Amino acid sequence: MRLQEQDVSRGGLANPAAALTADGGLSAITGFIRKTLVIAELEARKIRHDPTDLLTRAVQPALWLLVFGQVFTQIRAIPTGNLRYIDFMAPGILAQSVLFIAIFSGITIIWERDLGIIHKFLASPTPRAALVLGKALSAGVRGLSQMLIIYLLALLLGVQLSWNPLFLIGTLVAVLLGASLFSTFSLIIACMVKTRERFMGIGQVLTMPLFFASNAIYPVAIMPLWLQIIARLNPLSYQVDLLRALMLGQANAGDVAVDFLILIAVTAVLIVIGARVYPRAAT
Amino acid sequence: MPILETNALTRRFGTLTAVDSLNITVEAGEIFGLLGPNGAGKTTAIKMLTTLLPPTSGDAKVVGFSLSEHAAEVRRVIGYVPQMLSADGTLTGYENLLIFAKLYDIPRQTRETIIRDALAFMGLADVADHLVRTYSGGMIRRLEIAQSMIHQPRLLFLDEPTVGLDPSARRMVWEHVRQMRSEYGMTIFLTTHLMEEANSLCNRVAIMHLGKVAALDTPEALKQSIGKEGATLDDVFIHHAGSQLESGGDYREASRARRVARRVG
Repeated sequence: MRLQEQDVSRGGLANPAAALTADGGLSAITGFIRKTLVIAELEARKIRHDPTDLLTRAVQPALWLLVFGQVFTQIRAIPTGNLRYIDFMAPGILAQSVLFIAIFSGITIIWERDLGIIHKFLASPTPRAALVLGKALSAGVRGLSQMLIIYLLALLLGVQLSWNPLFLIGTLVAVLLGASLFSTFSLIIACMVKTRERFMGIGQVLTMPLFFASNAIYPVAIMPLWLQIIARLNPLSYQVDLLRALMLGQANAGDVAVDFLILIAVTAVLIVIGARVYPRAAT
Repeated sequence: MPILETNALTRRFGTLTAVDSLNITVEAGEIFGLLGPNGAGKTTAIKMLTTLLPPTSGDAKVVGFSLSEHAAEVRRVIGYVPQMLSADGTLTGYENLLIFAKLYDIPRQTRETIIRDALAFMGLADVADHLVRTYSGGMIRRLEIAQSMIHQPRLLFLDEPTVGLDPSARRMVWEHVRQMRSEYGMTIFLTTHLMEEANSLCNRVAIMHLGKVAALDTPEALKQSIGKEGATLDDVFIHHAGSQLESGGDYREASRARRVARRVG
């Protein structure tokens, strides 16, 4: 009844374990990056098969800019210094729409857990942090589509955008970073709550305070003190700050660096936590 | 040397001992079945053996690597098809395999050939570029098995491979599992709550009841062991566990089984 075990390296398939343990740290790093990108590629392929989601996601920021933005620019109710209100709020709305996509992205974790997709990924030789970072970049991919839409709308509304290539690249990175930050936060929540209903409830509870307790649609200076404190602790404020500086071309190198550092640090901490809680989704 | 050897592998959830001091040995090249009702601890056992769930105590050697010390190495040499639906319906069959080929570090030069071969082997060459959500339940299962074999694992874990499938799709999956063993010399470890599956597919069967192995042998020997004329594996199970094979499981198990059945059906 016993069968002879055959040589499994058929068709040029070298033993991958040997290949990977042979060389050291550098290949581990490139392997990590490669696998992170594979997870993001997965998301890009999904979007390519069904891009309708991107279009429906464009409706909300369009309404904010066209309705809220237009009206408040007319009535000049919010003091924004020498900026027109529509210029002030356009970067805020980009940050907002990226936040909304990212904060609800964790629902796919619950969905994939219920199906069994997560189990298969976790049983593969993919570093946990690469899975989590890949998911974060996936939200970033969707965030970039929002960037495109908001740039188009902003053009239409005559927002004074900067077309300096350096600032454009900076904006792109800021969008990826913001999406990564909030989607990883979302992943951590998804790994803890485990049911779709509870997750959606928490998502709803979080988005509005994150949005309104930030400098997205009004300056921090006009807030009461307690709200100013919350706004300073809110990572979204730093993302908005960064986007405003880069999109409108009023970047001060020092401020931009500080904003980037804060966002990178928070994202890194969240990725580390995410990599610890993500495997629990399969237990 | 056995390809899989567990040593008092135990998992507790609070006061419940889902897997209680499991000691089994699987030889290279066999199809080994873990048979038991829902809630017997089969999935918990397979989750520990595939590194998804850390054991509370005990350990196992999977293809020579210790679960507790070399989980990363274990992941390279095993394949795993979860009980639930694990193929991504929003991608094509080819893309499902492509993503995993990349995650398993299959070199770019051979990737395309290996993926096409695996799809052809599972009889899915014609639908390779269709979205998986258009597949039937049996096709999805075969795709998932194709996905788990592209890196030529030494040991393949199948958790309830035919749950929710109709009899003809079920037979087709069995046929492919047998072929994988004979063509690639792969060792297959599967769980099932279907006697027929254990009987016709497995070389050896461990009957699991309340987290423990109640009996372990070839299906024939198990049936003879209870000394009853024309005994079935169900009789063997009743003999050892004192209850029906098809009973058991809680609300969550039942709802999950039905959800899976609905999706793959």
